[in-house]
Amino acid sequence: MKVIRPLLTKIPKIPRPDVKNRAIKISENAIKKTQTANRFFLEVGEFGLFLWLTIKALFSRHFEFKEFLRQCFLVGNKTLPLISLTGVVIGLVLTIQSRPILAEFGAVSLLPGMVAVSIIREMGPVVTGLICCGKIGSGMGAELGSMKVSEQIDAMEVSSTNPMRFLVVPRVLAATFMIPILVLYADALGILGSWAGANLKGDVTFILFFTQAFNSISFSDFIPAVIKTFFFGAAIGLVGCFKGYTAGRGTASVGKAANQSVVLASVFVIIIDLIAVQITDVLQ
Amino acid sequence: MKTDNRISPEHASRPAASTVIEINELCKSFGKLQVLRNLSLQLFENENLILLGKSGSGKSVLIKCIVRLLIPDSGSITFLGKNVMDLNSEELAEMRVKIGFLFQSGALYDSMTIRENLEFPLVRIKKHLTRQEVNEKVEESLENVGLLDSINKMPSQLSGGMRKRASLARTIVVDPMVMLYDEPTTGLDPVTSNEISELINRVQHKYKTSSIIITHDIECARATADRLIMLKEGQAYMEGSIEEFEQTSDELVESYFKSQNKP
Ligand SMILES: Nc1ncnc2c1ncn2[C@@H]1O[C@H](COP(=O)(O)OP(=O)(O)OP(=O)(O)O)[C@@H](O)[C@H]1O
Ligand SMILES: [Mg+2]
Repeated sequence: MKVIRPLLTKIPKIPRPDVKNRAIKISENAIKKTQTANRFFLEVGEFGLFLWLTIKALFSRHFEFKEFLRQCFLVGNKTLPLISLTGVVIGLVLTIQSRPILAEFGAVSLLPGMVAVSIIREMGPVVTGLICCGKIGSGMGAELGSMKVSEQIDAMEVSSTNPMRFLVVPRVLAATFMIPILVLYADALGILGSWAGANLKGDVTFILFFTQAFNSISFSDFIPAVIKTFFFGAAIGLVGCFKGYTAGRGTASVGKAANQSVVLASVFVIIIDLIAVQITDVLQ
Repeated sequence: MKTDNRISPEHASRPAASTVIEINELCKSFGKLQVLRNLSLQLFENENLILLGKSGSGKSVLIKCIVRLLIPDSGSITFLGKNVMDLNSEELAEMRVKIGFLFQSGALYDSMTIRENLEFPLVRIKKHLTRQEVNEKVEESLENVGLLDSINKMPSQLSGGMRKRASLARTIVVDPMVMLYDEPTTGLDPVTSNEISELINRVQHKYKTSSIIITHDIECARATADRLIMLKEGQAYMEGSIEEFEQTSDELVESYFKSQNKP
């Protein structure tokens, strides 16, 4: 016995296939994947619930009109300088870049109309929308997120004020109504910028330029473009408020809420744009 | 529940006073962390109940469950005979009007001045007040916490202790019948701390409020307590009056009182 023992320990162990561990790993991976999927569906569900609560709060008796006006002012005030700059530059750049191409075909006279149509149909709404995602969406996400983290939303709730009604509804409505106005403003500045661009080479009078521009715009260009901006606004407001409202605990989640608002709102804007294009295409 | 730890079981069933809040077998966990385990306690009419317990023992979670900011996993909370979990949204709002809640963090609204902070709950809860009456109440409440000269400042311009006091003023301005104070004197100097304790007593006598006061400040507990409950591991570990707590030989309670006891 005494001799055998040390001998036995020297026999090298045959490595057995590690079935158990592999099985555990596979199941862990599967769990992780389902958890990610679950989180996605959970979030979609939460967003749906949030939308429903917002609509319910919207149609409740009390409307916080003062807060709504304050939010409208903030939305406009925050974004006006940036939108003015981008509006003018888009018009200018579009004009300068399309001019040589049109000149090749001898169609420079089409320039004002072409630029105006592309600004009003696409560039104005989408660029303004994306700027608002960055300025307004992130602002709302961060503001509501920090209110959530510092228990201000809870404080509102225990003083019998529905935070959905006081915080969310005015913000969503302000974004819904202000963003179309900002888009129209950006469109106007874009056309102005385009006129300036056209004047760099050759000169066109203001009146002539605008007559040409507006002659080529029809209602069917204008109306769908305006309608979709309302949806942009609603999406930006809703996403910003949703991300802020559902922020976790701790200050880190404020940054996360702001960041995610921008990303998600931008995705929404682009998807809504895509859908809007499809719909107008079918209707025309 | 370790009944032998109750110093004076007769306190638990004071027959004369009616119960305002009754909590039965309350459990609450966050993921794997079990914060409250079968916690039972009662708050009687017109008494100051002090909740003691280590940091993280679930005191704030408990009072948040009472106003339904958190939903417990099991157990029941009864407020004036009604189960808090069964209330519909109108009844819940009605209940919350009767409860004043002082948040541990203060939770002042950053975008409003101190005056607007106090007006916010006041004009929403007491809709019949005139402009004049609202101003008077706001000023009186701020006077009580010694902050009248900061009435037009923003919360960010105040110190931590001042913010706590402003928040206390916001809680008492609506004269609730039940007060839940989460660490009202933390971060205050001893003089202000004493004033706050006096204020709590004054509120209790004037409006006949019943209060749950969470505190680590033994001086405040001495000044305000009618009854104390010590939480440990999510349960009511000990219950009694302040004298009983000071004389007990229980190690945990003793260490709690000794560390802050003045010789
Ligand atoms: N919303 C929440 N989500 C997850 N965990 C939470 C939440 N609220 C509280 N907790 C956890 O519950 C435990 C008890 O928290 P609570 O705030 O009640 O402690 P406390 O007794 O008030 O302590 P303190 O005296 O420091 O204020 C802590 O471990 C905390 O991390
Ligand atoms: Mg606490």
